[in-house]
Amino acid sequence: MNRLRRTILFMPGNNPNMIQNAGVLGADSIILDLEDSVSIEEKDAARDLVHNALKHVDFYGCEIVVRINSPSSPFGIKDIQVITKAKPDAFMIPMATEEDMEEICKLVGKIERKEGILENTIKLIPIAETAYSIENIADIISASNRTIAVLLGAEDLTADLEVTRTKEGQEILYARSRIAHICKTYKIDAIDTPFADVDDFEGLRKDTIRGKGLGMTGKAAINPRQIEIINQVFTPTIDEIEYAQNVIKAMEEAKGKGKGVFSYQGKMVDAPIIDRAETILEKAKTAGVI
Amino acid sequence: MKNSLGREIPETIKGYYKEVKPFTGAYDNMADIIKTQVRAKSIMPDEKKVLDNLEEVIKKSGLKDGMTISFHHHLRNGDYVVNMVMNQIASMGIKDIKIAASSIFPIHSPLIDHMKSGVVTGLYTSYMSGPVADAISEGILENPIIMHTHGGRSRAIESGDIKIDVAFIASSTCDSYGNINGVYGKSACGVLGYAISDAYYAEKVVAITDNLVSYPVCPIEISQDYVDYIVVVDKIGDPEGIVSGTTRITKDPIGLKIATLAAKVIEASGLLKDGFSFQTGAGGISLAVAASIREIMKDKNIKGSFMSGGITGYMVDMLEEGLFDSILDVQCFDLRAIESLKNNKSHQPMTATMYGNPHNKGAVVNNLDLMILGATEIDTDFNVNVTTGSNGIIMGGSGGHSDTAAGSKLAIVVSQLFKGRLPVIVDKVTTVSTPGETVDVLVTERGIAVNPKRQDLIAKLEKSKIKVMSIEKLKKIAEGITGKPMEIETDERIVAAVEYRDGTIIDIVKKIKR
Repeated sequence: MNRLRRTILFMPGNNPNMIQNAGVLGADSIILDLEDSVSIEEKDAARDLVHNALKHVDFYGCEIVVRINSPSSPFGIKDIQVITKAKPDAFMIPMATEEDMEEICKLVGKIERKEGILENTIKLIPIAETAYSIENIADIISASNRTIAVLLGAEDLTADLEVTRTKEGQEILYARSRIAHICKTYKIDAIDTPFADVDDFEGLRKDTIRGKGLGMTGKAAINPRQIEIINQVFTPTIDEIEYAQNVIKAMEEAKGKGKGVFSYQGKMVDAPIIDRAETILEKAKTAGVI
Repeated sequence: MKNSLGREIPETIKGYYKEVKPFTGAYDNMADIIKTQVRAKSIMPDEKKVLDNLEEVIKKSGLKDGMTISFHHHLRNGDYVVNMVMNQIASMGIKDIKIAASSIFPIHSPLIDHMKSGVVTGLYTSYMSGPVADAISEGILENPIIMHTHGGRSRAIESGDIKIDVAFIASSTCDSYGNINGVYGKSACGVLGYAISDAYYAEKVVAITDNLVSYPVCPIEISQDYVDYIVVVDKIGDPEGIVSGTTRITKDPIGLKIATLAAKVIEASGLLKDGFSFQTGAGGISLAVAASIREIMKDKNIKGSFMSGGITGYMVDMLEEGLFDSILDVQCFDLRAIESLKNNKSHQPMTATMYGNPHNKGAVVNNLDLMILGATEIDTDFNVNVTTGSNGIIMGGSGGHSDTAAGSKLAIVVSQLFKGRLPVIVDKVTTVSTPGETVDVLVTERGIAVNPKRQDLIAKLEKSKIKVMSIEKLKKIAEGITGKPMEIETDERIVAAVEYRDGTIIDIVKKIKR
């Protein structure tokens, strides 16, 4: 595990003050947004600002993702042409289709070569926010070998489905489950949709736990005040860490005694339990809690 | 000569009110003193204290050219009393008055004309902002003003350094024999903590009220045995300016990040346990730190002993939730604090001397576990400036900053690493308000620096996996973003002498070159 993507924070791409401070807020990844948070008349200025920020601002090791405008809009391709030169970690593609992913992958590769950037440096994160993309998410992921995660966009998805978006999120149960399963298949991250009520922290915690329970590996935040709770939910707890450490210790002791099978706290420990323990410890280590 | 912080202090300062004593260390000048004497002149049983108007009061008080008068600042930026009294004094042709006001606010801008005309020739204060502060910085007075801490002002009055001839006490409620409180009336302001030394040590004490009530008033904060005269006016202040309303916790993510980091430091320090005591300002970040402390105390079922200082509704909430046993209040910042003071026996008033005077038998600040402080600038020796802006213009003052930093077990400065285009950490602060030896930690959004003299704290933070960096490194990070600002140029003329709480000179403020 090279990098955690517990919290992936949206930041408007047209606000220099917020961009300057983005790296200190505690998010694992920052999305510098050129799409919805930037009005049509500011698209060019925001693109230049994000380009310069990528070159000059210290983000203190955060992953920097740039959400481009839709490739079918007048701005999307230009976004890629300009921003690729500043080497973001990844692009986020709204309403992504297989064709978009292929086309963008080729274009980014071309610019990487031209700019002397190591090929495949810049990754892609499609947003699944239509019924079509939920159903075809495996094809969208595999359309590019740069895909590192999928973000579920529940607001657009529920609009597409013509269903009401609720805090409880029953209407996106299928989408969450499907994205979680398919991302796991491709060994990439499944990023849960943002929680829209920025003043309801209890609601945020419940929603994050719900997504995690279905297999989502991280969650988008639309306000810095949401970061801490999301990080807490996706970081192994002290009890989980202790349990995992004890399982590994028991396994090593059993090995030392030449035992293939062993029990811990009265329960048989088999491969899935050891795998889970190892994953917890790896996550905890990457999060800096052990 | 240089004081112990390396600040150049002249051997003599023209117009300074006493012998120049340079600062030698925060705890170097403790006292074994006899406090000053004060005149008490008895009155006959049938004598009346309520006089017809301000002119009569001023005449009877014996106020003359060259005397010193005092005011408290509990009416804050809604205060009408300073201007009312000074206009009357000016109209009576009295000149060369020295004002000892615990703070000066923008509403006091008419003082500038009185300074120009020679009615006002001197000023002692603990905090000043607005046009008067600007005019002082530009050298409107021939002699320097004296800036104290809140505790230092009480010390100066009680020691006789400042001899108050007439104290004019804005009184939200007063009875016909001079018993005063601040909790009732249309201009209620809460505690009168900063006025108490004035009442006890001035030659003459005048209560100015817009709420005269029948004898005896209840409760009594300043009692009749200290009050000579009473005068009734239409309004002593504007309630809008007296209480600033509910102060809100910042929603700024950077402020919240700083508060979260500060809370981690506090938790790691080991001080946050049953019996914990703390004080914080009413600023957005400081309140956010209070909010974080509140959550930790609730989670861990910790019960604190007291909160102190200027009190906001937020602290009242914490008291009422049972998180603390009591509040020691020197000044109410909002209506909720006034209501609590009035109705809750665990919410007690305190005087400025009880709060922070270093030359008494023990101030409240000595019992503080934690103090959360702000800073305009902090230097690599942890000296803090809250007196002047980076442009050298006076825009504040120590208030209780130095008192609480010196008394508390853990003094944490919380600040953004840069404000506007200016880094908060500098090589040498423009003006030292609080000496670095009393400041333990600087918490910014980009890192935490601990005063090297607190190796014990550094070890505790490291044990809790809290990353600590040197203040020099933090400064470098800031300068990497903002660049290094040019030094400001000053004139030779001294416009303010900044006194530490013990009465020594910690720094001087010079006139800015335009």
